Amino acid sequence: MTRTALSALLSHWWRNPLQLFTLLAGLALATALWSGVQAVNAEARASYDSAATTLGEASFDQLVSGNDQPIPQATYIALRRAGWLVSPVIEGQIKGVRLIGVEPLTAPGGLGPVGLRGGADIGAFLSGNGQLFGTAAAIEALNDHNIAGIITPDVAPNVAYTDIGVAQRLLNRSGEIDLLIVAPIQPLIQTPLSEIAPTLIRRAAQAGSDVGKLTDSFHLNLTAFGLLSFAVGIFIVNGAIGLAFEQRRPVMRTLRALGVPLGRLITLIAIELMLMALVAGIIGVALGYVIAGLLLPGVAATLNGLYGAEVSGTLQLRPSWWLSGLMIALGGTGLAAAGALWQLARMPLLATAQPRAMAMAAGRRARVQGALAGLLLLLACILAATANGLIAGFTMLAAMLIGTALGLPIILSGVLAFGARRAKGVLAQWFWADTRQQLPGLSLALMALLLAMAANVGVSTMVSSFRLTFVGFLDQRLSSELYITATDTDEAAQIIARITSEVDAVLPIQSAEQSIAGLQTEIFGTRDHSTFRDNWVLLSSGEAPWDRVAAGQAILINEQLFRRGNLKVGDLIDLSAVTLTIAGVYGDYGNPIGQAVIGEDLFKTLYPEIIAQGFGLRIPDGDIGRIRTILRDEVGIPDANMINQEGIKAFSLDVFDRTFVVTTALNVLTLAVAGFAILMSLLTLATMRVPQLAPAWAVGVTRAQLGWLEVLRAILLAVLTAVIALPLGLGLAWALLAVVNVAAFGWQLPMYLFPWDYAQLFLFAILAAVVAALLPARRLAKTPPADLLKVFSHER
Amino acid sequence: MLLNAKDIHKTYATADGPFAVLRGVDLTLGAGESLALTGESGSGKSTLLHLIGGLDTPDRGRIEIAGADIAAMDDNGRAALRRGTVGVVFQQFNLIPSLRVAENIAFQARLAGQNDVAWNQTLADRMGLTPHLRKYPEQLSGGQQQRVAIARTLAPKPKLVLADEPTGNLDEATAAAMMSLMLELVADTGAGLLMVTHSLTLAGRLDRRVHLRAGQIA
Repeated sequence: MTRTALSALLSHWWRNPLQLFTLLAGLALATALWSGVQAVNAEARASYDSAATTLGEASFDQLVSGNDQPIPQATYIALRRAGWLVSPVIEGQIKGVRLIGVEPLTAPGGLGPVGLRGGADIGAFLSGNGQLFGTAAAIEALNDHNIAGIITPDVAPNVAYTDIGVAQRLLNRSGEIDLLIVAPIQPLIQTPLSEIAPTLIRRAAQAGSDVGKLTDSFHLNLTAFGLLSFAVGIFIVNGAIGLAFEQRRPVMRTLRALGVPLGRLITLIAIELMLMALVAGIIGVALGYVIAGLLLPGVAATLNGLYGAEVSGTLQLRPSWWLSGLMIALGGTGLAAAGALWQLARMPLLATAQPRAMAMAAGRRARVQGALAGLLLLLACILAATANGLIAGFTMLAAMLIGTALGLPIILSGVLAFGARRAKGVLAQWFWADTRQQLPGLSLALMALLLAMAANVGVSTMVSSFRLTFVGFLDQRLSSELYITATDTDEAAQIIARITSEVDAVLPIQSAEQSIAGLQTEIFGTRDHSTFRDNWVLLSSGEAPWDRVAAGQAILINEQLFRRGNLKVGDLIDLSAVTLTIAGVYGDYGNPIGQAVIGEDLFKTLYPEIIAQGFGLRIPDGDIGRIRTILRDEVGIPDANMINQEGIKAFSLDVFDRTFVVTTALNVLTLAVAGFAILMSLLTLATMRVPQLAPAWAVGVTRAQLGWLEVLRAILLAVLTAVIALPLGLGLAWALLAVVNVAAFGWQLPMYLFPWDYAQLFLFAILAAVVAALLPARRLAKTPPADLLKVFSHER
Repeated sequence: MLLNAKDIHKTYATADGPFAVLRGVDLTLGAGESLALTGESGSGKSTLLHLIGGLDTPDRGRIEIAGADIAAMDDNGRAALRRGTVGVVFQQFNLIPSLRVAENIAFQARLAGQNDVAWNQTLADRMGLTPHLRKYPEQLSGGQQQRVAIARTLAPKPKLVLADEPTGNLDEATAAAMMSLMLELVADTGAGLLMVTHSLTLAGRLDRRVHLRAGQIA
């Protein structure tokens, strides 16, 4: 019995391969987008984990130089003699690879790959030419140094370890050390650090920038996008399953009438769907792997540009993500099918199949759906007024999107009923009424389109607003015409001596790191100059901020520090020996950490060991070339250390644009999936349309007219959906800019509108609807009269 | 006795309040016997047929088929009854559109685990369906589809055949021919036949006739 009933159920799909394709493709696409994004996230996180263990930043304190100079070997020896259990490290770049020299005999356990971990030959590591530990790519890049390479996949991308002596030789820095790792257990009696090495600063474990934490928000955005894409896919699957149930309703009744028990029938359908979900899930995971492979280089470039985080460009097949992909496919199908199975369980055996069963069922559900939509939108409104964290922000987004999507059929139904009342001609009246009747079958695809379009409007508004603000910000901040970097303090002095009389101003760029309000902060000492006074836009400020900063009485802080430190203008900040008033807050887009500006004189007092080696030069128009020549020929500054303002702006914008390549790609994919949903819904519905259209044909509407009306119907519904998607998308943009962005990155962005972009999206939606409607409309226009007549011949 | 229905009551809830469709109906049918159930629309004919077929349950009364009380059966028990003991021919054919004619004919027999390929072929031959075995239902006329439905019902050789206006969708000549075939085949299997019909002509061709009026045997 089971086999016979199953074969009857499955035979539906062989007779309706398009519907089968819709179901499988929708689910596969949804799974692909989800698992693709998950794969990228998993890969990036694995890279962070490797990077976090590179120098044990998360586990061990470090001693670093307070004056940007290398630590002399003698200091290290003095510390060891004074009882300090420290281990030296040197690092540098060779051919793009971060070469790290460690001393395995003194390094704390768990640091680096030698000694370290089982199987390593410390003798070989220390003797002869030594050994290099790293990924295949890193070893390959350094293979001309005649050092044995040991491929170690656990090491972070573009990092190689070797013995410190080998590293000093390769980096040509004999006797130099960059930092000292402090073992967690130290002798009870030690000479204080300030007595042995006063220039060294002890940096606590995790005091450095935690890449994983910094990039969390980026990955959260990606995950949210993956989830949104999956939701769009689930709408497709839900639609396909709903239609399949509707079409098979009479067959299910027949099966039950012929003696298949209800429980068995539900079990069989559940098994059938789960098998399909498994097949689609496998296809989706494979597609996801391809998508991840395509996205990963962009993500790696983004993370590197934004946060300096190295991410391997190679994708690994991790069981965690492909299993989660399959699980989400199965879960998504279960979610999409739950309603249909519930209906099946409650379906009376004797009720005859109703031609308008779907419409009637939708009518019954409309009230519940409307109430749910209202509740979700109310929740979104409440959260809009109160949300101040990432979770609340994303909850608000979800409530707003799902609430509007659920409300869409109700809104459209109202609009179409209004249209029907206003229609004059009989054909127009029929068109409006017939369109309204199609809503239940199309509503899921339209919801998918609504979500995709709203996401497109929202995300593109956010990105474009961000870009516009960022460009303005770059114009403010990069106002010097030429930026130069000296290799040492002597060269810096030469630059000042030679160039001061040739330019309008030489503005030193000097900074020190210090903790403010418990947050790592970069403190800049800024010269009192109109460059800053005229160009910097302060988001909020007290009286005469620049005068007070120049006088050493006040400090300016960036928005990140302002928000995360819960500070405000007028608050007092203790900075080493002085207490400063916060005189203003400035926008600092793209910077993940806190920043502050104090007067140049105060900076020199507080950080006398720091001597500026970078300078911004204010140069009259047309004089840049001459200045560059002087610096190159007379001071010996290489071209690489002189960057025009345009160069930096172009670089910054390039980093910015790469940052959102992935977002744009996902945006387009989601929209494509929604377009696909409409196509499939229309194609599936077309098979059920003949009985509805035959009466109109019988009373004189030509088949060609009916075909065109189908196209017009698709356009009308797409336009109405787009009209609703626009405010929803703008709401989404506002939520992203004003709530999510603040919680994730620490800065708020102004929102700009881009009507031309929205118009393009409108055109795209109409185009997608026309393309989707053309094939079913053509089929309809070509329907043989005999098929239309069958509708009447079967009438009772 | 193949069928023994005693004091059958059935009431439906309607917008205007409870509506008693059947009010104490008694009915019997022997093996190999045929019985026509006639009555006006709304008299309760189809409801009685559905109750006997185990498609619905009576509010009160007892229905025994081959000695088993179906009112006492659960959903699975009634489903098993429909698979093997009782065959129902519906007015709307209720074929499975995605299966070919041959598969539709064998369908119920396979569900019941009583598939007899030779008997199926005999049914197809006698119903004139052999040239259409590879076709799908939508490719057949209404009369041909009803013949497929009758063949499907008879394929598992049920003890009791229930027919709910089986010729209601057919023209007079086709209906008459169909009726002859059905009576012939039912007689061959030795099953009992209970048929709901509006047509007194068709009713006259069966062994007995029972008329229902307002939920009671007239």
